[in-house]
Amino acid sequence: MEANEKSILSVKELCLWYGNHQALKNINIDIPKNSITALIGPSGCGKSTFLKTLDRMNDLIPDVKITGSVEYKGEDIFAPGVDVSELRRQIGMVFQKPNPFPMSIYDNIAYGPRTHGIRNRAKLDDIVEKSLRGAAIWDEVKDRLRKNALGLSGGQQQRLCIARALAVEPDVLLMDEPTSALDPISTSKIEELAMQLKEQYTIVIVTHNMQQAVRISDNTAFFLLGELVEYGKTEEMFSQPTDKRTEDYITGRFG
Amino acid sequence: MNKKLSPGRRAYTAGMKALMYASTAAIGALVLLLIGYVLYRGIPNITWKFLTMAPSILNDTIGIWPDILNSIYVVIATIIIVLPLGVCAAVYLSEYASNKRLVSIIEYAAETLSGIPSIIYGLVGMLFFCEFLKMQTTLMAGALTLVIMNLPTVMRTTQESLKTVPQSYREGAFGLGAGKWRVIRTVVLPGCVDGVITGCILSVGRILGESAALLFTAGIAHVVNGFFMGLKSSGATLTVALYIYAKERGEFGVAFAIAAILMLLTLIINLSAEAVARSFKNKRRI
Ligand SMILES: Nc1ncnc2c1ncn2[C@@H]1O[C@H](COP(=O)(O)OP(=O)(O)O)[C@@H](O)[C@H]1O
Ligand SMILES: [Mg+2]
Repeated sequence: MEANEKSILSVKELCLWYGNHQALKNINIDIPKNSITALIGPSGCGKSTFLKTLDRMNDLIPDVKITGSVEYKGEDIFAPGVDVSELRRQIGMVFQKPNPFPMSIYDNIAYGPRTHGIRNRAKLDDIVEKSLRGAAIWDEVKDRLRKNALGLSGGQQQRLCIARALAVEPDVLLMDEPTSALDPISTSKIEELAMQLKEQYTIVIVTHNMQQAVRISDNTAFFLLGELVEYGKTEEMFSQPTDKRTEDYITGRFG
Repeated sequence: MNKKLSPGRRAYTAGMKALMYASTAAIGALVLLLIGYVLYRGIPNITWKFLTMAPSILNDTIGIWPDILNSIYVVIATIIIVLPLGVCAAVYLSEYASNKRLVSIIEYAAETLSGIPSIIYGLVGMLFFCEFLKMQTTLMAGALTLVIMNLPTVMRTTQESLKTVPQSYREGAFGLGAGKWRVIRTVVLPGCVDGVITGCILSVGRILGESAALLFTAGIAHVVNGFFMGLKSSGATLTVALYIYAKERGEFGVAFAIAAILMLLTLIINLSAEAVARSFKNKRRI
């Protein structure tokens, strides 16, 4: 796909090494605004690594080397002087395993806003309600905001984590296999939610479930052994893959 | 399964079992006997006056009130210093230090330090704090010596419990844009309070039980002082007093009374350590 003005993230010639092991090889991809982009591929092909690069979560891992560029709204995220905290506010992350903090539901949601300096009680109340509504979990938790978040079910915890990410008003949501640890009902709730959220947000979602990619995504990127093999409109890619390896993967010949 | 065992094998198993029962019983009996004997000899000597008076040469009476106070002072002074030091060192080593070789060397050194006999700490503490730093024989010099002795314990228990804080909490917080210090303060440290408290209680137990290091550094006086005055003076803690009464004055009744008190204190401390650990585990599971 060509770069266009509507792309919010633009990745050029991205390579990444963990020590001597090259996990990403020359990735070029433009992610359009207000869409869902699915990343698929067999495990170990670098999907999570790629996702973490987009909000610089790889900074936390020692011995990571990165070349190439990632532009977010036209600015290189690796440029010196970039405010990583602000970058991560604008590009939120939802992880594979729900990871609410061991504190109250309220404090979980308020964690991000508080981090970015919001102390006003009424304003926090407001954000908490809005975020929980945004993640379609308000009705389930509104009577127990002061209870520990670890008491929620797995599916609720994951939606809480989405709400927690929404609370800092991001533009992009990165989701790394957000439904792989959940039951089918919770999974479909999260898929529905993702489709609602793309009105306001840009979503990049890693999934090992190809039906999920077909159901919810606009574009799909197929990774293999650290390379981006194919990237395009989801319907086109699943109906007429241009690369033999993509075809083999989506028809279930490996993976 | 059982049917397949040969008779010899079965006899061997039964023999081993009997042996294990016997050793367990022997250990149990020994512990009970020891505790029972100390309590039996000690408790009759514990009176209100004994607990609340200073010894008087004129009246020829013995009281351990100054020794109780000294013990409390040393515990407080040591913990106040060792706790922040140990926790900060642990946080630095586990969360900040990037030179892994250096970290493992320091951890190894700490491990070794905690195995050194306390009398050596006493000797070094005497030379360094009492003589070199000219603090003389004071409770403060004793407390500082105990700080060095307990630093590895507090550091290691804190480090161990830092490891139990799931990486996913840190990722979640960093992912929201939190800085390192905020992540540590709001997510990591609250998750390891139980480890800190456990280390702290273990240290209190060791401080109360310490005698050799304090004989060298804190002295043997039995004078009632306030907290700050006390730290600046020489003084015997309960354990040191036990040694002095038994060894130098032949007052075995007094020594056993102190022993009984120390044993009860140790029991209380161990129980509270367990209670703390348990209550934190429960809290986390909710
Ligand atoms: N922290 C790390 N240190 C070293 N190698 C890693 C690390 N994380 C991932 N890798 C390696 O990078 C490759 C890509 O991993 P990952 O991005 O997790 O793949 P995926 O999410 O597609 O399953 C794998 O070979 C994996 O072993
Ligand atoms: Mg992955």
